[in-house]
Amino acid sequence: MKNIVVRFCGDSGDGMQLTGNMFAQLAAESGHEISTLPDFPAEIRAPQGTLGGVSAFQVELGQEVYTSGDKADVVVAMNAAALKVCTLGSHFNHPQAHFDEEFSMYHRHAIVLVDTDSLTEKDLEKAQFHTPNPFEELGIPESVQIVPVALTTLTKEALKESGMDNKAVLKCRNMFALGLIYWLFDEPMEKAIHLLEEKFKKKPALVAPNTKVMVDGYNYGQNLALNVQQVHIENVQGGNVQCAKGNFTSIAGNKATAWGLIAAAEKAGKRLFLGSYPITPATDILHELAARKDMNVMAIQAEDEIAGVCTAIGAAFAGDLACTSTSGPGLSLKSEAIGLAVMAELPLVVIDVQRGGPSTGLPTKTEQTDLLQALYGRNGECPAVVIAASSSANCFDYAYEACKIALENMTPVILMTDTYLANGTALWRIPKLAELPEIKPQSVPEELKGHYNPALRDERGVRYWAYPGMEGYEHRNIGLERDAERGTISTNPENHEQMVLARKHKIEQIANSIPDLKVIHGEVPSDQVPSTKETLLVGWGSTEGHLHAAANELGCDLAHFNYICPLPKNTQEVLSQYKRIIVCELNTGQFAAYLRANFPGLNIEQYNEIQGQPFAVERIVNFVKNN
Amino acid sequence: MEASQFKSDQYVRFCPGCGDHAICMALQKAMAQIGIPTHQVAVISGIGCSSRMPHYLNTYGFNTIHGRGGAIATGVKTSHPELTVWQMSGDGDCLAIGGNHFIHEIRRNVDLNVCMFNNRIYGLTKGQYSPTSPKGFVSKSSPFGTVERPFVPAELVLGARGTFFARTLDVDVPTTVDCLVAAQQHKGASIVECLVNCVIFNNGTHAWIADREQRAEHSIILKHGEKMLFGKNNDKGLALKINDRMVNGQMENEQPLLSLTVVDASDPRVLVHDAHRQDPTLHRLLALMGQERNLKVPSDQVPSTKEELPIALGVIRDVEAETYDQAVNRQIAEVRGKAKAKTFDELTATLEQWTM
Repeated sequence: MKNIVVRFCGDSGDGMQLTGNMFAQLAAESGHEISTLPDFPAEIRAPQGTLGGVSAFQVELGQEVYTSGDKADVVVAMNAAALKVCTLGSHFNHPQAHFDEEFSMYHRHAIVLVDTDSLTEKDLEKAQFHTPNPFEELGIPESVQIVPVALTTLTKEALKESGMDNKAVLKCRNMFALGLIYWLFDEPMEKAIHLLEEKFKKKPALVAPNTKVMVDGYNYGQNLALNVQQVHIENVQGGNVQCAKGNFTSIAGNKATAWGLIAAAEKAGKRLFLGSYPITPATDILHELAARKDMNVMAIQAEDEIAGVCTAIGAAFAGDLACTSTSGPGLSLKSEAIGLAVMAELPLVVIDVQRGGPSTGLPTKTEQTDLLQALYGRNGECPAVVIAASSSANCFDYAYEACKIALENMTPVILMTDTYLANGTALWRIPKLAELPEIKPQSVPEELKGHYNPALRDERGVRYWAYPGMEGYEHRNIGLERDAERGTISTNPENHEQMVLARKHKIEQIANSIPDLKVIHGEVPSDQVPSTKETLLVGWGSTEGHLHAAANELGCDLAHFNYICPLPKNTQEVLSQYKRIIVCELNTGQFAAYLRANFPGLNIEQYNEIQGQPFAVERIVNFVKNN
Repeated sequence: MEASQFKSDQYVRFCPGCGDHAICMALQKAMAQIGIPTHQVAVISGIGCSSRMPHYLNTYGFNTIHGRGGAIATGVKTSHPELTVWQMSGDGDCLAIGGNHFIHEIRRNVDLNVCMFNNRIYGLTKGQYSPTSPKGFVSKSSPFGTVERPFVPAELVLGARGTFFARTLDVDVPTTVDCLVAAQQHKGASIVECLVNCVIFNNGTHAWIADREQRAEHSIILKHGEKMLFGKNNDKGLALKINDRMVNGQMENEQPLLSLTVVDASDPRVLVHDAHRQDPTLHRLLALMGQERNLKVPSDQVPSTKEELPIALGVIRDVEAETYDQAVNRQIAEVRGKAKAKTFDELTATLEQWTM
């Protein structure tokens, strides 16, 4: 088989995220591409065994992996509630709901592994079943292959001589399931054991029991030859990484973002400063950078979102590579200060890990609804650069690029990621610092010593950066309008217009140094004739994988944007070649509106989903075919 | 260095007669006395009359947005502890819109010198009451008098566990210079409350002590290690009164447990000022002296029968504690000193990885 989607689901306390991550990492080490989707409940901790407490982790592995998969081929359900939620999908709390392939989280031909010890009367009651037979009640069709395993009993059996108490034993159930799944995919046990040792490095007492349970799980599959075919997945030969040789690891989007900043700071010869305030789903960036004091990173947990960006602006004023990380609500709070950085023309990187909004919204779910806020959500004529990462791994590249643009153009850059990218993991080719593009901060030339003022610009229209500690460049920076020549406060009408245009021009000229928009041609299977040759899918940010997969199925083209303000220079040229342009995004059409405003002549259709979930490729394909 | 070296080429635009002129002059004098070169000094401000100050000082300056000067100054100082960082702010900028940053810069003990200009009015927006306006104060936004309870800034500073608090008066330039120099010498968040007159919207707000005739009787200039004496002829002193009249574990009367009282200068009970004492009990009593007068607009009908204590000027509290900027940088240096990986390439080499 080429690609497989596996979903681990269980109670919040069942360790599904750890189990899923371990499986995904081993799959990656075995030469598969991966893309993961952690899907955990928003509740702090719902009562055990209830529907609200179901936590899941999904991974697609194989080659040419673009997304974490629409629907699972293999499911592990650790309890009754998990079985119900993954079977009914978003309809899990409809009283009469049955298996329906449109909503279910797995396919009609999926393999579903269930812990039969967790289907007692009490378990079924907690999961709001009304009859003793959950499979029948859920209407699971016969084509779905249910694999009943007494996980709890078998785990207890495996650890009966360990001397561990019952509670500790039960915590190892997930490793039995993992061992079984390893057997199913014929993964090498030596590597799996090594990985487990790595994961439990800080809790050495847990290594032996967990290894025992995992190996027993594997052997259980082997010896009893469960009535299931082992699945063999081809290793990577082509796909996304076909040209890339080198060292690989799996990385989550937030970590990749943090590391992009670290690499940029070192390349630019600047100290990295992060001012931040905890907010889901961006907090891991703060965590990662707070831990990277070895890299000379200064990460400050400020008293609020505003102080997060303001401490960063202070550090930028003082000559550092300054960043702040947040999500939508925090971006709202930072707007005025971002305006200050626009006006004072200081380099600043603002990372917005988008989540469902408005207000507190859906803190743990993904959405692309902050685009217009990032572009326009400030008082006055206030242009800033907006770029977006489009995979968990390329969060590294775009974080690096955000720093490069900010430092070279003396401007705030807003980097958009989202929950899907931030928490998901992907295969990442580890770069060397030497192979990354040069970063040349806009330093002030020596000959301006003694004559410097903060309004002086180079031929691109970018002002020069002088900061405290530099003798002979003392100056006063301001959030008030400044005189275009002298840099001092000015309320002159013509001067204000001149300055508004100068700040606008400064952002527009960045289009000269960003890559052209590229068109991805969907690879339709050779035995089919593409019917949608004149159609262009358009997207931005985290949906690239889904749109690429959809373009492949449709045999149409895809133009995916990472640079949003300014847009690539050839944007109009590319878009105007197509009869049908369909902008697909996880909002009500913000990028479509932006493109219409920029290119009024184009006929732009839109496809939108606003459910707090990544796109389902199938739905995009159906939309394009049926409309 | 000379005060003139700290004057910028900008024409000073405070209103004629505004107390900010005097503080500006005192700042230039103090900076010259401190002697740190102009390029190693950064002056950060928010919005308000006081926040115009950076424009008139020939150092690095940043006139930012309303209330955020404290957070921006924290970023400057923490990222570059080698710089001398001043923050210029007012009673609105610091205590209203910027209140959160104010208490947190104090709590963290960031090594900043904060001048908080207190004229008990919003001047730049032309005359609204501020968080330090007395209750009952009539302004454009309180035409029938405010119904709000005001802050006493010193209480906020001490409540946030402040390590330095001084109070000074616009018309007393020598004391202002002394306080500003002491603020610079103190390592940590140094708050200097500058009582300034707003000649346009709140003229005479500090007249009780600003008036030359009354100043000696109504204020006391505290100096560390010196007796607390005041009055025209230095004939009065301050002593501590302890109310220990207890009956069945309860106070017998309404008097506070501890209070300050005026005694004859020759009285052996006259206190000697100790600004370096960690225990803030006495600092609080000193800082609160005369503040009752500031909390409420005086009513002509009911004259105060209470003993009026002088308002304390000078450095009231000046104690040592590790600063935030030092602590952050020390921790980074310690971790980095022990770290095996110090560069990006060394960091990525520590990852679990495989070759394809």
